Amino acid sequence: MSLCKFAYHGPDTLDEVLALLAAHGPAARVMAGGTDLVVKMSRGQVAPAVVIGLKRVPGLGDLHFDPVRGLELGCMTRVSAVLEHPAVAAHYPALAEAAQATATVQIRNMATIAGNLCNASPCADNAPTLVARGASVELRSPRGHRALPLAELFRGPGQTVLAPDELLVRITVPPPRAATGFAYLSLSQRSAVDVSAVGVAAGLTLADGRVAEARIVLGAVAPTPFVATAAADALRGRNPDDAAFRAAGAAAAEACAPIGDVRASAGYRRKMVAVLVRRALERATARALGEGTARAARQAEVTP
Amino acid sequence: MKQTIRLRVNGDAYEVAVPPWRTLNEVLREDLRLTGTKRGCGDGDCGACTVLLDGRSVTSCLMLAVEAVGHEVTTVEGLATARDALHPVQAEFIAAGAIQCGYCTPGMELSAAYLLSRNPAPTDDEIRRGLSGNLCRCTGYQKIFEAVRRAADRLKEAARPDAAAGDPATGGPAGGDPSGGGARP
Repeated sequence: MSLCKFAYHGPDTLDEVLALLAAHGPAARVMAGGTDLVVKMSRGQVAPAVVIGLKRVPGLGDLHFDPVRGLELGCMTRVSAVLEHPAVAAHYPALAEAAQATATVQIRNMATIAGNLCNASPCADNAPTLVARGASVELRSPRGHRALPLAELFRGPGQTVLAPDELLVRITVPPPRAATGFAYLSLSQRSAVDVSAVGVAAGLTLADGRVAEARIVLGAVAPTPFVATAAADALRGRNPDDAAFRAAGAAAAEACAPIGDVRASAGYRRKMVAVLVRRALERATARALGEGTARAARQAEVTP
Repeated sequence: MKQTIRLRVNGDAYEVAVPPWRTLNEVLREDLRLTGTKRGCGDGDCGACTVLLDGRSVTSCLMLAVEAVGHEVTTVEGLATARDALHPVQAEFIAAGAIQCGYCTPGMELSAAYLLSRNPAPTDDEIRRGLSGNLCRCTGYQKIFEAVRRAADRLKEAARPDAAAGDPATGGPAGGDPSGGGARP
């Protein structure tokens, strides 16, 4: 299974990376963790003439949390770094759940969140939660930079809006909000190692005991992460109870467009969407309630 | 297209001329003749090719050798701290009969050493999760889990302040971070 032949560049600065991308265009592939690109090269699915490794550029793997600005992930932030970061565990537990659901221990130690997004697999575990949390991505090229909502990055399976000379350099997740909880649940055929057959991110904000706002984003049941807007909007004003969550699950299952493949049939995927949406909303509700208490306790501690 | 790179493997420096498309797995096995690291699926699923990179477990089949430059690689050949003193994980794999055909063993042992370096007292579930990136085609998982439990006990024993010092067989895994709390979402 030798890999195709290519020229390798391991530049030391972001400017050099961008210059190389501009010079080689579609003939070049960027290598972050390499766990998707090397597999694709060994299977002959891609044969880039040039590979640009990002590992030597300092600072791209940073993970930074600020209560006002939110969470910032560099394009080389590894999945395991997200999983192990105390700020993620405290403020973004659903992101940790998605990271935990990604591949194996070893691959989490290599793979990056940005790579998982740019690979644009419909079943990318880290996409639904980040979309649900309203994450944005910053794209850079020698022409300049632009920011866009993560949901707009995906065009189809394996397809993004990235131009050949553009690099996704940063993912920004808005700060945690009061009385708000998110959760990610996924199912795979064999084990945690297998690619997810269904992934569900759900979140809600409570006000006066009712749902003020909800988000439901589904993975692996459409060509790109599927935002179940109607199912989530129907929760507004309702009590966060079993009846409401079942209705949301049924509506999301109805709205999505799964295919049948080796991992699951379309019908099974649809049924599991209904179940996982309900369970994810239950877990998100528990977090929304718990988060309120924890936040009050923290503020009591820090307020002079 | 070959370029000369310097690799550090098990504390030894190697200078080797490789083309950029060679994986770390190929270079370890074919250029450095460190054949303890196996190659299984070539897709990162089976874990037979697991090595430690700066103490973190990675699949060497998915890594370019040129990208290992500047990092410390530990293979199963470097797990033992001395020629006649096996790493506790290795010793307990033998004692528990956790080896059948042996093909998954080097990767299993490195994943186990990595797990224990992050989480010195794993629960049974954490052991299963910690080894979930390594497949055993002989399906000898129960003995492997038992070996890891015993290795954890042995390391715990050795870490006690009143434990006899100077036993080389109870040293921590090479390159690991013994203070890490482990990944617990």
